[in-house]
Amino acid sequence: MNNNKYLREELIRQSGVNPKKCMKCGKCSATCPAYDEMEYHPHQFVSMVESGDIEPLLKSESLYKCLSCFACVDRCPRGVEPAKLVEAVRLSAVRKQGQNRMSANDVASILDEDIPQQLLVSAFRKYSK
Amino acid sequence: MQRIGVFVCWCGSNIAGSVDVEAVSQALKNEPGVVFSTNYQYMCSQAGQDMIVNAVKEHKLTGIVVCSCSPRMHEATFRKTAAAAGLNPYMVEIANIREQCSWVHKDIATGTQKAIILGKAAIAKVNLNAPLTPGESPVTKRALVIGGGIAGIQTALDIADAGFPVDIVEKNPTIGGKMAQLDKTFPTLDCAACILTPKMVDVAQNENIRIFSYSEVSEIKGFVGNFDVTIKKNARYVKEDVCTGCGACVEKCPMKKVPNEFNLGMDNRSAIYIPFAQAVPKVATIDPNACNMLKNGKCGLCAKVCAAGAIDYTQKDEYINEKYGAIVVATGFNPISMDKFDEFAYNQSKDVITSLEFERLTNAAGPTAGHLERPSDGKSPKTIVFVQCVGSRCDACNEKGKEYCSKICCMYTAKHAMLVRDKYPDTDVYVFYIDVRTPGKNFDEFYRRAVEEYGVKYIKGMVGKVTPEGDKLKVQASDLIDNKQLHIDADLVVLAAAIEPDKSARPLATMLTASMDTNDFFTEAHPKLRPVESPTAGVFLSGACQGPKDIPETVSQAGAAASKVIGLLAKDKLTGNPCVAHSNELMCNGCSSCERVCPYGAITYEDREFRMPDRTTKIRRIAIVNPAVCQGCGACTVACPSGAMDLNGFASNQIMAEVDAICK
Amino acid sequence: MKVSYFPGCTLKNKAKDLDLYAYKSAEALGITLEEIENWQCCGGVFTTAKNEIATKLSSVRALKEAFVKEQPLVTVCSACHNVIKQTNYTMQNDKEFADKANRYMNEENGCFGEAQVYHYLEMLRDLVGFDTLKEKVVNPLSSKKIAPYYGCLLLRPNSVMKMDDPENPTIMEDFIKALGASPVIFAKRNECCGGYVSVESPELAKKNSIGVVQNAKANGADMIITACPLCKYNLEKNGADIPVVYITEILAEALGVKEDTNE
Repeated sequence: MNNNKYLREELIRQSGVNPKKCMKCGKCSATCPAYDEMEYHPHQFVSMVESGDIEPLLKSESLYKCLSCFACVDRCPRGVEPAKLVEAVRLSAVRKQGQNRMSANDVASILDEDIPQQLLVSAFRKYSK
Repeated sequence: MQRIGVFVCWCGSNIAGSVDVEAVSQALKNEPGVVFSTNYQYMCSQAGQDMIVNAVKEHKLTGIVVCSCSPRMHEATFRKTAAAAGLNPYMVEIANIREQCSWVHKDIATGTQKAIILGKAAIAKVNLNAPLTPGESPVTKRALVIGGGIAGIQTALDIADAGFPVDIVEKNPTIGGKMAQLDKTFPTLDCAACILTPKMVDVAQNENIRIFSYSEVSEIKGFVGNFDVTIKKNARYVKEDVCTGCGACVEKCPMKKVPNEFNLGMDNRSAIYIPFAQAVPKVATIDPNACNMLKNGKCGLCAKVCAAGAIDYTQKDEYINEKYGAIVVATGFNPISMDKFDEFAYNQSKDVITSLEFERLTNAAGPTAGHLERPSDGKSPKTIVFVQCVGSRCDACNEKGKEYCSKICCMYTAKHAMLVRDKYPDTDVYVFYIDVRTPGKNFDEFYRRAVEEYGVKYIKGMVGKVTPEGDKLKVQASDLIDNKQLHIDADLVVLAAAIEPDKSARPLATMLTASMDTNDFFTEAHPKLRPVESPTAGVFLSGACQGPKDIPETVSQAGAAASKVIGLLAKDKLTGNPCVAHSNELMCNGCSSCERVCPYGAITYEDREFRMPDRTTKIRRIAIVNPAVCQGCGACTVACPSGAMDLNGFASNQIMAEVDAICK
Repeated sequence: MKVSYFPGCTLKNKAKDLDLYAYKSAEALGITLEEIENWQCCGGVFTTAKNEIATKLSSVRALKEAFVKEQPLVTVCSACHNVIKQTNYTMQNDKEFADKANRYMNEENGCFGEAQVYHYLEMLRDLVGFDTLKEKVVNPLSSKKIAPYYGCLLLRPNSVMKMDDPENPTIMEDFIKALGASPVIFAKRNECCGGYVSVESPELAKKNSIGVVQNAKANGADMIITACPLCKYNLEKNGADIPVVYITEILAEALGVKEDTNE
């Protein structure tokens, strides 16, 4: 639990998000375009980080489904900015050694002839360190 | 030389907890003029007051310093005590050693030291105090109510019932306000018009009430008991006393494409119009922005068909001056604009509406004659989604919404949902809520009935996006209990828009010098104990101008405001404040600086003859303060370049003596 | 008028049209785009974490150059614009980050977000003016019903981007009107296409992209315009059956400078 307390504070510091501002209205999860692909939803990220229940989030595929489209950030009535918290948790996961989700070797299998460079660059930013 | 008594209060542990009260009374004993100094547990109690009275007699005191709480709390109490002991009440000074000392210092040494300094300052001042006698001013026995909604109507009726004349100023062509637009009212579901329109008729028939409709307050001067108000009666181009309200002009008017504000623009009215059938006064009004006759002189049909000859295209705005003893603000509320919330597609689809628009849509006198039809194509909606808290309860930094709960939405949404299910049982009704807030008599029971008896689907969650597509509104929402995202094809989406004070409130507050909060709601004198009075004397608050309120609460507050007004108007004279300004005629050079800054118009000038040292006579212009009008704000004393203006009870030498005592 | 220009990686490869027509149109409007010297890829997405420094340095370099030259910094690609604008905002508002970034850059006189960042559309609105643009149109697209697709990157986060009302934007609509065409307002114009997630979860990108195209079509559009190569890719890959065209391409067409680029 001590470890979680440290991690919780680190995530809050890194993301600049204050989960206490959340009034649990669920608008973030209502507006999220990736909701159905996620195991934990934006509002759960906020409440689970706040309560220190972070391990399940670190292991969850949900981290890699967030589109960073910021719909939840702009539409949250309380200014909580859930996407920034998702990003902080994801960085905690991929920054650990050997946790890169994508490597240069994967590119060949993804490539098609129209794929814009922007897509690969963004994916590397999101999935690797 | 004064003989001063010092009384240090413990206020239980409020002061004694962080101030050594014994040390304070000992230290102040040796100050100039002090002949007696003591401390006691509760100075404001009967025993404490008796202690003061006895000390005055025993030690022949001429001045009193009480070291206690803020003067706002007990200055009046101790002045009465002084009067009971035979002293002039203005020989009392309060040193605030609670709010400004014991409550802010935790360390006893610091607290004690500061209390002693504050005590010394008060002693230095009272040494220079002189007895003051308040003047009296008469009370104009007439009240002004600004706003003719249910709040203003109820206040006016109650004041008139007590026998005092009342004027209502309403900016719209009719009184009735928001309540006139509502369909049914919670929690009893009686129709709004059935309970409101008889009251509107009572107002019209009451001999003590005058209605200034289509009018606004343009200037307010004076003070409690003696307000001097200018009312601007906008030209309605119809002679109010001649028009019979027959409606022939409305029928014949060729300009019929003006958005009807009474139905929130969901249908059109003509350029000459009567807002609704039960309007009071039932008199036509010409909209100058729409009327062809007024715009370019081409038409004149209404004048031709008016049998009474009431049409007057040359009518001008009229200004009326009237005196009032008391003013009641009842300016009400409006739903906020939905422009910044277009994730709900309010600007993209006619079938996304606000709750107030929904009221008109289900109202028998509304644009659809009470049939629930979609504004876009007139079809009856089979799936309706209600969204709560749109723009309410937002973060303080949120530029779109309001920080407060709008209070009325939970109940009216339950009402809407229930009425739909009652009248159209084959309709699916969803309500998305954050919390359901129903504190009120029979309120929670009402909401539970909507769920349990009427089968309204209440979902804990929020709508995140509405996408109009084809003839459907695709609603994407969260269900936090089932942990699902929902996709609902709706026919109608109803937004419970936050409410805000009417835009006219801010300029009115400036005219009244009445205070407002950051949301432009009027501030009450005390949030619990004086909820219907503004801190500005003689100004009272009724209804939603003070904060979000439903009808039962508005009517209670309206009655309370009326009783305060009646209490004021029942007095023949008001005792004034003797702490008013006066000018030293030897120093005044008549420069008019003071007149320019006086917010009350209390300063005039007169020419006076002065005999000069060389025995000649010179006529000089000097300032004269009317003590009945002066409120003692002190602006003139600061503005005066020659130091001629001074304030009784707060004279410059008294203030300087206090500062000296503190800095010594 | 001369402005600094950050094209970005995709505009020199898969989205050459977006770049080429940006140049041609600007020229026709009397604006010279001066490419940032040795610009480097912006990274595609802005990492919001406060302790990410290195990934933002290419933006810092571009911002610095524009600032030194006292020119507005113009971008076309939505992603580049988003990253650079957010970096500039962070330089302004996070002193710790700005100090670190300036040290990494080994800059004696660092910058603190002084640069003016414009998206190409903002350049048209605020530096050229849509009225002036309208006058310069030689080939009005009067028959076209065009759906403006903003996606997510241009508008959000609104507190930083401040391009337009994030829920009811008008800049692309006004742009379309200036070119003589009719804008088609559709609710999903500010919803995400699926972005980079199409690498891992093509189904998610597909669902979102289909939703956008379908919503545009349902409102009567016969063409979708975008400023983002990734949006274009996702929409087209997932079966868009109306053309998805870059903003600069229809601009060049309306200004009559499209033909001479197609030799």
